[in-house]
Amino acid sequence: MTEVGEVLIETVDLHKSFGDLEVLKGINEQIRKGEVVAVIGASGGGKSTFLRCLNMLEEPTSGKVIFEGNVLDSKSTNLNLHRQKIGMVFQQFNVFPHMTVLDNITITPILEKKMKKEDAEKEAMDLLKRIGLEDKAQEYPRKLSGGQKQRLAIVRAMAMHPDIMLFDEPTSALDPEMVKEVLEVIRELAESGMTCVIVTHEMGFAREIADRVLFIDGGVIVEEGTPEEVFEHPKNERTKEFLSKVL
Amino acid sequence: MGLGPSIIDVFLEYWPIFLKGALGTLRFSFIAVFFGSILGCLVSFMQLSKIKVLEVISRAYVNILRGTPLLVQMYIAYFFLPIAFPIMNSLSKETYVLIALIMNSSAYVSEIIRGGINSVDIGQTEAARSLGMTAKNTMLRIVLPQAVKNILPALANEYIAMIKETSMAGTFMLYELMYTRVLLANKFLIWQPLFIIAGIYLIMTTVLTYGVRMLERRLSVSD
Repeated sequence: MTEVGEVLIETVDLHKSFGDLEVLKGINEQIRKGEVVAVIGASGGGKSTFLRCLNMLEEPTSGKVIFEGNVLDSKSTNLNLHRQKIGMVFQQFNVFPHMTVLDNITITPILEKKMKKEDAEKEAMDLLKRIGLEDKAQEYPRKLSGGQKQRLAIVRAMAMHPDIMLFDEPTSALDPEMVKEVLEVIRELAESGMTCVIVTHEMGFAREIADRVLFIDGGVIVEEGTPEEVFEHPKNERTKEFLSKVL
Repeated sequence: MGLGPSIIDVFLEYWPIFLKGALGTLRFSFIAVFFGSILGCLVSFMQLSKIKVLEVISRAYVNILRGTPLLVQMYIAYFFLPIAFPIMNSLSKETYVLIALIMNSSAYVSEIIRGGINSVDIGQTEAARSLGMTAKNTMLRIVLPQAVKNILPALANEYIAMIKETSMAGTFMLYELMYTRVLLANKFLIWQPLFIIAGIYLIMTTVLTYGVRMLERRLSVSD
């Protein structure tokens, strides 16, 4: 377990509805610096929506998201600056298909952080080396496998030097043989002290890597605790039922 | 009274007139689609805007221009604009007709651009915004470059459609292909020019349609 510090991101009575459907029904949660939090739960329970509210990709219907002491506000231009500090990795990778692998990584630092092209490229090459894709720098993403695309998406977010990384089911769209290589990159990140929130169906991975596990169901956090507490000794009936189905 | 001279004879004698007409047609269509594209871009951004008023105005603009005949729009531009805006009196007759063509084209182009933008996966926008990219840069650097692939062939098709639409400009004595009919009718040539005109339209649209198909193939290779 890593050393955990002050609260990095916090939700206060977070509600989110899509039309008549209330997906989040009041979530109060604090995530501390250096923590690795795994979010588990059945599909439709609200775990992805919770994650997407943390960087305001979904605007909360009510309640607050507080990041590094700032209330995130979708109408404020500062949101872009805060988002630079909140990396996100998607299930569908969402790499930019019209750009080379290198440009995928450098475009945002160059555009939004006014970084010099050479500096951005040098850093991008270092990142690509870390994931073993340096020889693909000038290729377009269509030449990459799913696992390679997802690793690219991870270092693309890393290039912004985020303080926290959000992972939205990062391995769900991958062929089984590619899951491991992506999980390895996430593990390395987590072990380096990066604060991570990972929505995942990989229970083994969650158990192994997380400092804390949240079980979200019906739009609320039903149970939370260390992996041991949640996986070995779940207290709530819904948690028990869910785990009996997936383990 | 017989049929008079053959189509070939008429074409051989008057081909410079038809050539000038065809060039006029290409020119009018190009101007209409070129400026229509610029205006259409603005309209489509208004339509995609989160500001309700802009969205409503642009939607009304598109609905009116697509829901009324171009010929009526041309008449309104031709007769109403000079009265309503005396400052425009100095403009040529051609300009009024072109305004109608440009506005009409912009309505169709805005729908093409809107469709092209909407065809880009929302995940692209989300990824860019999650990195902290501004809305403007996301549109210019991530969404539009990918939308172009769908937009370009559709724009070329709009140009082809416009070639046929500009035939109405002849109604206002503007020198385009259809107007050559009037010029030759003065020489008692009634039916021959019509077939020549139809043939030239057909050649222009066929050649351009083929070009669009090549363009589409080229663009899809980069997928």
